[in-house]
This record gives sequence, structure tokens and C-alpha cells, in this order.
Amino acid sequence: MLVAIAWKNIWRNKVRSLVVIIAVMLGLWAGAFILAYVFGMINQRLQDAIGNEVSHLQIHHPEFSKDFDPKYVVHRGDSVLQMLLHDDQVKAATGRVLANGMVASATTSTGGKFIGVDPNLENSVTSFQHNVVAGEYLTNDDKNKIIIGQRLANKLKVKLKSKVVLTFQDVDGTIVAGAFRVKGIFQIYNSTLEENNLYLSRSDLAELLKVESEVHEIAVLLHDPEQVENYVTLLQTNYPLTLTQGWKQLAPELGLMIDSLDQYMIIFLVIILLALSFGIVNTMLMAVLERVREIGMLMAIGMNKMRLFTMISLETIFMVMIAAPTGLLLAYGTITWLGTSGLDLSGLYQEGYAAFGFKSIIYPQLDLIYYYRIMLLVILTAFLASLYPAITALRLDPVKAIRKL
Amino acid sequence: MEISTHKNVVIHAEGLTKIYEGVVPVKAVSNVHLHIEQGEFTALVGPSGSGKTTLLNLIGGLDTPTSGKVWIHGVNIADLKKNQLIDFRLNNIGFVFQAYNLIPVLTTRENIEFVMLLQKRPKEEREARIKQLLEETGLRDKENKRPSELSGGQQQRVAVARALASKPQFVLADEPTANLDSKTAENLLDMMARLNKDENMTFIFSTHDQRVIDRARRVITLVDGEVFSDTQSTMTSAHA
Repeated sequence: MLVAIAWKNIWRNKVRSLVVIIAVMLGLWAGAFILAYVFGMINQRLQDAIGNEVSHLQIHHPEFSKDFDPKYVVHRGDSVLQMLLHDDQVKAATGRVLANGMVASATTSTGGKFIGVDPNLENSVTSFQHNVVAGEYLTNDDKNKIIIGQRLANKLKVKLKSKVVLTFQDVDGTIVAGAFRVKGIFQIYNSTLEENNLYLSRSDLAELLKVESEVHEIAVLLHDPEQVENYVTLLQTNYPLTLTQGWKQLAPELGLMIDSLDQYMIIFLVIILLALSFGIVNTMLMAVLERVREIGMLMAIGMNKMRLFTMISLETIFMVMIAAPTGLLLAYGTITWLGTSGLDLSGLYQEGYAAFGFKSIIYPQLDLIYYYRIMLLVILTAFLASLYPAITALRLDPVKAIRKL
Repeated sequence: MEISTHKNVVIHAEGLTKIYEGVVPVKAVSNVHLHIEQGEFTALVGPSGSGKTTLLNLIGGLDTPTSGKVWIHGVNIADLKKNQLIDFRLNNIGFVFQAYNLIPVLTTRENIEFVMLLQKRPKEEREARIKQLLEETGLRDKENKRPSELSGGQQQRVAVARALASKPQFVLADEPTANLDSKTAENLLDMMARLNKDENMTFIFSTHDQRVIDRARRVITLVDGEVFSDTQSTMTSAHA
């Protein structure tokens, strides 16, 4: 009976109840969508970072990252790489030779990061080859060919087949230079990478650096991304003279973002629900105060406090139970649709996003567990929001309440 | 003090006093002694502000006396805790209010059933009682109407049916005819008088209405919160 009365009470003032229901529905729709947007953006960034930048883990000489000195090659790098290529847990691995220096065209020069890659192995670890928009990606047979970013090409005023000169220090500290012809131009979501990174054959760079078959960096992809931390520990134990780091250490800002994302999202959701709860409290309080005489009568004829409390709480919960699934269903539809077609913000924020390494087409995504979490939080909010109106009702004196006009 | 526990005594009040505190304290009920037996059809009368409603509230356990005590079937209601008192009211007292005070979202049938649901009575018993009360109050054809679809008299009949649904020891009715026209009031009084006779139900009214006073078998007149007179009618039943 309480359930029936609570349900009917909601529809006494249809407009007011519908306003609350729509407000909660839209609030949850917007809240869930923003969550999906942020998750989509961060996950995309994570996938891009793993796919194009840091892989699941990398191995370096412990001193290499301090000043990027080319003499700090990975200890027994070649045998480590061979071991990795034969490990069942490893999906793909590649070795790289790295140098920082100057790149000059006929008209200007700028700083750059030179990445010597083994094209075949590199293709299995990164999806970088797909970023080449003009010309072609490197092959193992290429000699003195280079791939540069569109932004760098614009800066250097070079195009395909143009010649650029790379200047840097070799392992002995001697300044060396090499001329390379532009074989391909790539475009990537990350403006820093597009402006700084140059890709050339590992053997070309190794020869100039005088590191022969050594590598500065081994990038590894695992079959199971969940095993990164365990595998890092294993490698670090097995190869103590190297420094093995997972993607969270290699891109700490990304690791922090992922680790704290859940908490931020909960805080964000709580703020939305808090705002909604004030609307609910206001509506329920109005509903209670305009029924003072009726509530007094109910208390007089024998409705005890627990039943009264339950009735008012049920009214609140019912309203939210209409609004929440509708809002979440709406959000699910929107997220599914935009998760496939993508939300294209390139006309608005492309430059801004690119500066931080984010793509400007966002594919929102939200795990089902978040829908359940939101639902639970909403029910909890509804219950908490009903407390004040319910307590107000419980405090009524039936004698005074019945006389209320 | 010895309290009569004779089964016919429904209400026994001793020295009931109610003072409303304020800048100027108001003594609404003053040292009232009352003894109501089963089957009485009693009117509390008096001018406005004489303490009729306050006395009803004290008897019904809705208000607490400043001093004095009320026993209902030998139970001192001051000894009951709040929730016990609510349950006691549910099972022992029927209320009829001046403004009907029905639950607007429920139909006639549901309003009558409501108190029985609070009492957790079985469905068969509820159905039988609803049927009986709908017959007795002449609301058979209005059982699925909401209060807003009923006239004032019909609403008050529903209120009486609701008050009786819980099979209370007695019914307290606060000016039940105040909002009714004279024909409707007469009909309602006829109905209550019939219930009084047929079910031996005890009715206590507060009223200004001469028609109610004329039908009452006992009239207690209050003036300034004190019992001014307590007269028994010579009529043997509440029927006019």
C-alpha cells in the first residue's frame, strides 16, 4: 500500500515531478556522457601513447635518460632483444638507436630527435607507418632516407626527396653529420612529435654514432597489457644492468591520469549528483509542506514514523528510478553512436588538443560497470535527498498539522 | 486511584488539564473528569474556544495533557511510548475530521482499506469489512471514486467508514457536520446513529451543530475548558 500511495503521490503535481525527473535524466545523461568523453579521450591517448610512443615497456641503459648521451647503450642489447622476440608473453619488440641534434635544410635549421629504427620490427611494435601521409615509410633496404613530420617539413621548408643534414655527437663526443633525403612525411595527433621526431634506418644512425649493433632503446609490446608491471619486475631482475620501465614510468603524466581518473570521475559524478539532490530536496520538501494536514491525519489515524519515512523516501526513489534509467539509456545511446562515429572537434580544438598529444576526434566510451555505479550512486543520492523532507514530515505535530489550512 | 476496569467503560479521564504555554498561557481544558461507556452517542458542545477539540485530542492521544490522565479500556495512554501510542490509536480509536482529510490519491475503497493494511489484516477480512462498510455508508457505487469526485457528504461518509474500518473501541468526530449542508448532515447523522445502534459503536462528537446535539443521548457542555453540564437524553437510542 505504501508503494502504491508513494507512486500515486508522485503524480499529484505532474509538472513539478516531471521537471525533477527531466532534470535528473538530463543531469545523468550529461554526466555519463562527460565521463565517457573523458574516458574515451584518455583511453585514446593511452592507446596512442602505447601504439606510437612508449609501447608497454622500454629498456634503456640506467644513465641514458639523464643526458641522452649516445655512449649509454643497453647492456647486451642485442641478446636481450633476441630473448624478448622469442618470449611467449611478448607480442612484439624492437631495438632503436637514438640521438639528439640539429637538422638543417637548405634554408633553415632546428633541433630534432633522431630515431633509428629497424623498419620491419618497428612496424610490429608501433603503428607509426600508418601516419605517413606523403611518400613512403622506410624499408630495410633504405639507405640515407628519412621520414619527417609535416610540421617539421613546413618549418624546414622541405618536401619529398629534399635533402636534410643531421648533425649530432657520436659516442666519442665528436660532431658528425649525415645527409638524408626525405622519403616520407608523417602527420600525427601530437604536435610535439610531428615537429621534433625524425625516423631513419637504425643501421644508418648506428654507423654515424659508432654504436654498431648496439641499441639505446628496446620497446616491447606484451600480449596481456595487465602483465606490464610483473614483466617489468621480471626483466629488471634478470637484467640488472639495464633500466626497464613500464609505460606508467615512461609517461608519468599518463600513468597519473589513468590512476586518478576513477577518483576524478567519482568526484565529478558526486558534484553532479549533489546539484541534482538539491533539486530533489527542494521538490520533496514542497511536496511535504503542501501535504502537512494529510501527513498529520496519517499520523493521527495510525501511520507510524517508519511507514511515513518509508513513504516519503519511496516517492523520491521512484522519481529517480524513472529518471535514472531513462537518462542512462539516453547516455548509452549517445555514447554508442558517438563511440562509433566519433565526436569531431577538429574545427574547434585541434591545435589545442594536438599540443597535449590528444586527437581531436574523440570516441566516447564507458564500461557497463560505470552505468551500474552511477545507478547505485543515484539511488543513494535519492535516499539521502529524501532524508530532510522525511525528517521534516516526522517532526510534524499531528494536532497542529491537522489544523493547518 | 482506582480505575474502573469494567468492560463497559471505554474512556476514563481524571483531572484533565491542558495549558498552552505562550506569552499569555491559555488554559484550554481545565480539570475535566470524564467517564464514557460502550455504545454512548455523546456530544461535546460549547462555544468556540471552549476546549472541545482539545479535549477530543487529549482523549484520542493526539495531544498530551499538562496534568491529569486518560485511561482507554484501562490503559493509561500516558504510559505508552510514541510508537506504541500510534499503534494504540490505530487499533482502538477511529477519527473523523471536520475537513474529511481523506487521502486524495486513493479511491473510496482504498481509503477504507488503508487503516486495515496498516493493521496488517488478512485480505479476506479486509474485503469483507470493506463490503460491509460500503453497504452501511451507502457508498457501494462510489467505491472506485477518488475524494475529488465525491461530494462533501460522501467524503465524510468515507471518513466515517475509514474510522470504523479498524474496528475501534470508539470514534472521535471533530465537528463532522460543520462543512455539510443540512440534508447531507442529517443523512450522515442517520448513518452514524445506525452504526451506533447496530454495531454498538461509541461515538463522541465535538460540535456546534444543534442537529447533532439533538440526536446525542448525552451532551457534555464545556465552557472555558471546564465541564459546565453533563446531561443524559431521555431517548433510548440515537435515532430521532
